Amino acid sequence: MTLFAQQFVNGIALGSVYALVALGLTLVYGVLKVPNFAHGALYMAGAYVVYVMLTAVGGSYALAIAVAVVVIAVMGAAMEFVVFRRLEGKSSVHAMIAALGVLFFLEGTADVIWGPDFRPVPTPLDGVVTAFGINITEQRILVIVAAIVAMAGLYFLLKRTLVGMSIEAMAQDREGALLVGIDTRRVALITFAISGALAAIAGALIAPLVLVFPTMGAVIILKAFVIVILGGMGSVPGAILGGYLLALAETMAGTYVAFAFSELIAFALLVLVLVFRPTGLFQKGV
Amino acid sequence: MSGAATLRVEQLGMSFGGLKAVDQVDLEVPAGKITAIIGPNGAGKTTFFNVVAGFYAPTAGRVLIDDEDVSGLPPHKVARLGVARTFQTTQLFPAASVLDNVIVGRRLHTRSNVFDAVLRSRRHRREEAESRENALEALEFTGARDLADVLVANISQEARKRVAVALALATEPRVLLLDEPAAGINPHETEGLTALIRSVAVERGVTVCLVEHKMRMVMDLADHVAVLNYGKKIAEGPPAKIRSDPKVIDAYLGADHDA
Amino acid sequence: MGSAHVRRAVALGVPLVLAILFPLLVNNPYLVSVAVSAYVTAIAVYGLNVMLGYTGQLSLAHAGFYGIGGYTVGILTSDYGFSFWLALPIALAFTSLLGHLIGLAALRTRHDYFAIFTLAVGVMIVIVIERWESLTGGTDGLIGIPAPGSIGPLSFTSLNSQYYLALAFLVFTIYVVWSLMHSLVGRTFLAVRNSEELARAVGIDAGRTHQLSFVISAALAALGGGLYAAFSGSIGPDVGDVPMTFNMLVYLMIGGVASLPGPLVGTILIMGLMQALQAFQEYTLMILGPILILVVVFFPGGLAGQGKVLFERLTRREADQ
Ligand SMILES: Nc1ncnc2c1ncn2[C@@H]1O[C@H](COP(=O)(O)OP(=O)(O)OP(=O)(O)O)[C@@H](O)[C@H]1O
Ligand SMILES: [Mg+2]
Repeated sequence: MTLFAQQFVNGIALGSVYALVALGLTLVYGVLKVPNFAHGALYMAGAYVVYVMLTAVGGSYALAIAVAVVVIAVMGAAMEFVVFRRLEGKSSVHAMIAALGVLFFLEGTADVIWGPDFRPVPTPLDGVVTAFGINITEQRILVIVAAIVAMAGLYFLLKRTLVGMSIEAMAQDREGALLVGIDTRRVALITFAISGALAAIAGALIAPLVLVFPTMGAVIILKAFVIVILGGMGSVPGAILGGYLLALAETMAGTYVAFAFSELIAFALLVLVLVFRPTGLFQKGV
Repeated sequence: MSGAATLRVEQLGMSFGGLKAVDQVDLEVPAGKITAIIGPNGAGKTTFFNVVAGFYAPTAGRVLIDDEDVSGLPPHKVARLGVARTFQTTQLFPAASVLDNVIVGRRLHTRSNVFDAVLRSRRHRREEAESRENALEALEFTGARDLADVLVANISQEARKRVAVALALATEPRVLLLDEPAAGINPHETEGLTALIRSVAVERGVTVCLVEHKMRMVMDLADHVAVLNYGKKIAEGPPAKIRSDPKVIDAYLGADHDA
Repeated sequence: MGSAHVRRAVALGVPLVLAILFPLLVNNPYLVSVAVSAYVTAIAVYGLNVMLGYTGQLSLAHAGFYGIGGYTVGILTSDYGFSFWLALPIALAFTSLLGHLIGLAALRTRHDYFAIFTLAVGVMIVIVIERWESLTGGTDGLIGIPAPGSIGPLSFTSLNSQYYLALAFLVFTIYVVWSLMHSLVGRTFLAVRNSEELARAVGIDAGRTHQLSFVISAALAALGGGLYAAFSGSIGPDVGDVPMTFNMLVYLMIGGVASLPGPLVGTILIMGLMQALQAFQEYTLMILGPILILVVVFFPGGLAGQGKVLFERLTRREADQ
């Protein structure tokens, strides 16, 4: 029972990171209607910003996270402004290939600056909390709490602000949004910035728990795709729920079945869902 | 399998969620004749074609081609049974020549496969030549032969309509469904297209079923008119009778339509 | 009419003669070996073009099929003593079959979902290659793969003979793709890419067309991969990994997607440049990324497309005068 509880908490921590990454992906899909293959690179970049802040610049972990959020949000917006804006009206294949180009560029740049090595990030919170017979590192608690705060913030933004409502309107019906006078370009720019910020939070939170390296986004982006397809492309609640569920499934399978198996769960799910529901589990909806 | 066929639908229904786009429609489109389907925007005319041609499986009722039930068959199989169609917005391949567009309509009559193509087998050579011949003949019939080698991107809207008809004819259909063939062309061009459609029925002996908003054209062409409104057939009969049917006038005025 | 024939003969003949004379002209084994890898890769890039260029779907599992072709040849020849000339057709058949089975699932989706699905397939293929150590040698890969055995008096142990063998397979590939695209089958591909709706309305089974395209594309990948294994004598998992697909995509987009010369032009040019600029190797991705974006945004037809535009502009000016 304690093993289960322990793994449950670990799964929730992992799920927090998955959900944050999937959220950014799903938001951008909503407005762009194209899977952003470069999204994992934003997550990677967020982790590197924290690495640099904690090893070279100095300052608190909180400051490092804040800097990462700002830097990566700007990077996300720049991606929209420099690349995707120019592909409006072209086929989705073009946008997908351009996204791969951005991915190359960001991974390549990280590789040039830091090399391909796996780098450890200093652990700012190294305490362990023991409760009900299970041990949880403070960092994991932070991951879980911070992710919930970020999601609450996103919810507030989408439901209570004009910008957020425009994002939802555009995701549902781009032409309609244009008709009612929404500046779709501005909304796209902001959506990319938000998506970058979410990826940065995920990368910043995970960095002290793992090693950072240039292609660290490659695995998580695939998981995020699985989550987003499961939860419905463009769906915010789907991304959150899907994130936690996939992580829990992986953690439990890794504990009770075999580690190698946990890696395959995401792919197996993807194949199953797309074979039986080729357009995703839920057709549409934010 | 050539010659005209009768298209018949029985209690045909197509619902999208709660919306009944086609609702309990009974209709017979007699062989070799021209039947028009009219109705205000959103009446379900295109959906009706989509169901007949196999793009949607009907949620109720049946579609029969010469008494053969084709309901629920995929579009390519329906096409192979002799139903061809054009689309409300033409979807020709702009980067290819007119001939290359039309020749694709011959694919369902050829059997050459990849190996025939690579080995340039006799069957391949024969079928390529025949297909070219037939496609050119279809273009000739629609008056677009001169454009055979021009890219579709460089031809006029009217020419595209003719090429779309040629492509449909290249499949040697028994029933031809035309969705607003005269949309977006001028009155003079419309007359030419009207003549073409008439000759498809008269000279080729193909059953024609067309959806059109241009009333002059419908009155000129149709042997028989059916009226859809909110998915239901509200009237049916010869053009002259339909024109003065109060139910029809109501449907159009109600929809604020100026035809 | 006559001049069109002459032009075509020149367009085909000059590059072919140059290619045949290349080893004698450069007289440099290193350059010849670069050309061999470029030809072998180009064969696979032609396969990618069949999918992306002709039926219009982005398959991100392409290098996976390249790897499977290579490993099949490698395992059969080095572990089971098969002749290369038997192993290669088996590799093609096996990869085609696998492509067919994967296509049955993957092609239930289109466009973005298809790209994501095949990306997952690509990753899974690498996982299988890395984990199935007893068969594939795991992350170390396979070494000691024999060169193609001789056919009659022709032996393929020297570099130059391998060059000509690679060239022959490349010419064969280009011929296959050319003849396909100049047939009703190929026009069917383009019709499906243009509008699946219209294609189905004229009696084309769009699903089968995509399936066929996917199998042909996998088979050409396997042909390239099989040759790669035999020529390089070794193979590792990264040959079948997703970044390799990205590379092929770059070659294709720069050379010109949906064109016949595009895959070859792009592969030779970029692989050649990468060899010439080896000192800057670590910058490759950083530079290729933006180039890929520039091509997609400004020159979606790639070099071949630009060449065609230029050519038409020139000939039109001639006609005007
Ligand atoms: N795939 C679909 N999913 C949901 N609703 C649909 C679908 N296709 C059509 N509809 C709805 O069915 C109704 C009928 O549409 P349809 O296109 O058949 O009308 P129409 O008579 O062809 O109109 P128009 O004259 O404007 O072409 C409309 O309300 C439309 O919104
Ligand atoms: Mg309509």
